[in-house]
Amino acid sequence: MKTNPQYTTVLNFPQRPPPPTQTAGREVIVDNATNHDPGKARCFREAALPHLDAVYTLARYLLRNPADAEDAVQECYLRALRHFDTMRTPAIKPWLFAILRNVCKAEYARRSVVELRDINTELDRSESPAPVWTEPQETPEMAMITKLDGETIQGLVASLPGVFREVIVLREINDLSYREIAEVIGAPVGTVMSRLARARSMLREAWIAAGGQPK
Amino acid sequence: MTCDEAEVFLHALLDNELDAGHARDVEAHMVGCQRCAAQLRQHRDLHEAMSTAKLHFSAPANLRMRINAQVRATPTPVPSRRTMLKGFAFGSLLSSAVAASLMITLIRSDEDQRNLGEVISAHLRSLQGEHLTDVQTSDQHTVKPWFNGRLDVAPPVVDLTAQGFTLVGGRLDYIDGRAVAVIVYRRRIHVLNLFIGSGASSERGIRTETVKGFNVKFWSQQGLNFWAVSDINAEELQEFVEKFQTVVGTGPNGPVRHNRS
Repeated sequence: MKTNPQYTTVLNFPQRPPPPTQTAGREVIVDNATNHDPGKARCFREAALPHLDAVYTLARYLLRNPADAEDAVQECYLRALRHFDTMRTPAIKPWLFAILRNVCKAEYARRSVVELRDINTELDRSESPAPVWTEPQETPEMAMITKLDGETIQGLVASLPGVFREVIVLREINDLSYREIAEVIGAPVGTVMSRLARARSMLREAWIAAGGQPK
Repeated sequence: MTCDEAEVFLHALLDNELDAGHARDVEAHMVGCQRCAAQLRQHRDLHEAMSTAKLHFSAPANLRMRINAQVRATPTPVPSRRTMLKGFAFGSLLSSAVAASLMITLIRSDEDQRNLGEVISAHLRSLQGEHLTDVQTSDQHTVKPWFNGRLDVAPPVVDLTAQGFTLVGGRLDYIDGRAVAVIVYRRRIHVLNLFIGSGASSERGIRTETVKGFNVKFWSQQGLNFWAVSDINAEELQEFVEKFQTVVGTGPNGPVRHNRS
């Protein structure tokens, strides 16, 4: 689906400057960021630790693996602490998410060639979904959205391609506004809108298919 | 509106991210198009099902401990003024009212100065391109409800057309990282932005500043902070403030605080 920057003009929020991106490598970070300035560490703890569950949730959905998610979250908090002084966004949560997303991209880069292709097509370049997600000939408009249990929904979300998975998680699970999502993924709000529309359509079809099967 | 457009916009409608005009367009399309209406229904069900399901993960306790250990500093001496400023930026996280009030007296002037800069920047931004209004109408009864659910306060919206200040509309903006209401007026060809945020200054009276040729008036009233910014001259801006204060003070539209659920 093509992106439509003109959507942004009809939204409630003015465009914000892009978030800071931390692209430090995976070098071992000596924990000296805290030693110089205990006040900073305390402020950071008070501001950032309440979002730990939300950051961990995003990591679980992005990496689809509990152990990798834990490592990524820990790395994210270290980078965040180091760059806490340079945070310029009004809210810390999208800022943490943006850092986590960079950490996850680095993690993907470490993985196998197959998964490297996965992340590059998923998180960076491609707007077009994997072939399995092509629109069916007939959209099941009359189908009912049945209730599914949390685990089944988690599975459906996890099976979405990365670019669509992340907008669904940021919007539906982490409850970010379009502007905040745009900050996290470093894309215009128009792109957020078109991706979210596509992502929800995919999820809807998968949902209807899952709901129709006897469990 | 075409079906292709509606298929994208219906999500912004569901997420409460559309301005009033476009929301009406989408809803009008739904009335005439069964296919899109069915989609909207399904996506609303989906959205609701997801918001009630338990889809979050909890961070494992040992991860929390590891991060805490990494962040934990040596026993904290008296925080520096700088870190207190930082702390204020995350004011919502400060639980102690005492600490907050202490800090306010400490850093009041810094904060005012920063807010003043932000108000001027926001005013300049609003004059560029199409950022002036999110909801464009001269009807105060349209502007006021538009802010419902977007802010934790109900800003007073008054029409001062009779007094020479035409109500143009409203928008959301950000001052010091907090969402504020902006009511937009016109005086001849001049734009006047009235920023309204929660939290009242203890100061009485109206403060006047001139920055980069713009006049700014700041005052607190009924538990809200007000900044009026315009390039009209200081006397006219003073006139605006006095008329606004009079109408708000006596009118039926006094601010009512409501909690965002």
